[in-house]
Amino acid sequence: MFDSSYVWTIIILLGAGTWMIRFSFMGLVGDRPLPAYLRRMLNYSAVAVLPGICAPIILTNKTGDFEPLRLIAAAAILIIGVWTQSLMKSISAGLLIYFGINALL
Amino acid sequence: MQTQGTFLRGFRQGFWSGLPFALVLGPFGMLFGVIATEAGLNLVEVMGFSVLVIAGAAQVTALSLMNENAPVLIVVFTALAVNMRMAIYSAALVEHFGRFPLWKRAVAAYWLFDQPFAMTSVDITKNPQRPREERFGFYLGVAIPLGILWYVVTYMGATLGDLLPTDIGMEFAIPATFLALVAPLLRSLPHLAAAFTSVAGTLAFASLPFNSGLLLAALLALIVGAEIEKRLERRRSADV
Repeated sequence: MFDSSYVWTIIILLGAGTWMIRFSFMGLVGDRPLPAYLRRMLNYSAVAVLPGICAPIILTNKTGDFEPLRLIAAAAILIIGVWTQSLMKSISAGLLIYFGINALL
Repeated sequence: MQTQGTFLRGFRQGFWSGLPFALVLGPFGMLFGVIATEAGLNLVEVMGFSVLVIAGAAQVTALSLMNENAPVLIVVFTALAVNMRMAIYSAALVEHFGRFPLWKRAVAAYWLFDQPFAMTSVDITKNPQRPREERFGFYLGVAIPLGILWYVVTYMGATLGDLLPTDIGMEFAIPATFLALVAPLLRSLPHLAAAFTSVAGTLAFASLPFNSGLLLAALLALIVGAEIEKRLERRRSADV
């Protein structure tokens, strides 16, 4: 469905880039410590990107409509996740609500 | 001979410490395989992601932007932004692996995902006296079996995805995965504020071309997180 050169360019650049990030300090910078402020910022790299990716997909489906069930399932994941601190519990609850109720309708 | 013995001992201990993570990585990798196949990737491409990138959240990020036909560089940069946390892991392990020959550090870098880093840093606190070679074995003992599991479950997920109908709204599994990853972090105020900035910013900048609003929002969120953390620390030290 995707153009194969599009997919492989992404895979190779992302693979090489990820390896370089992992190699960075271990490989090249040696024993020099990270600047404190940068280190502070990097702590938030997951929470800075992932919620932004979620928001549009939760608010509109592929046809561009608002689907209340998505918002309900997302809220369930967040509440259960904050409460239980368990990835598996929150994601299974969310997927069960969304795909379960969708299958029933 | 001696070094090999301690390497293997570390490896065995690492293997047992990392094993519980299989419960998380197994379903997550399978989900990636299903979503990727549903999005239209073939089996080789799906496996290419899991073998060459070997970072779940970044793989799903890339997929989500590919679903929106974002340009190559935007897909790559946004997914790399998710992986920037690994620079911290790399910096934290320099003290322990930094004096190994280049090839060993290159190999260690490939396997540096969340779980091996987490277990190794816990082990560094618990067993500070562990010899370097044994520590390296421990690290790879966590990483390699979980990495191989990641390939296998990706393959299983891709096969399963081929059997599922394509119109069941599988793209919802993307935010489901991410919210579940992020939710446990939201008890901390700076994390919560960064997450909120990311959502508000992405929605506010939605009209910017090529999904660049997402990256701009991420940058703001990083600053918000770091600033609030700094202020909380200052206040805490003022209280004492």
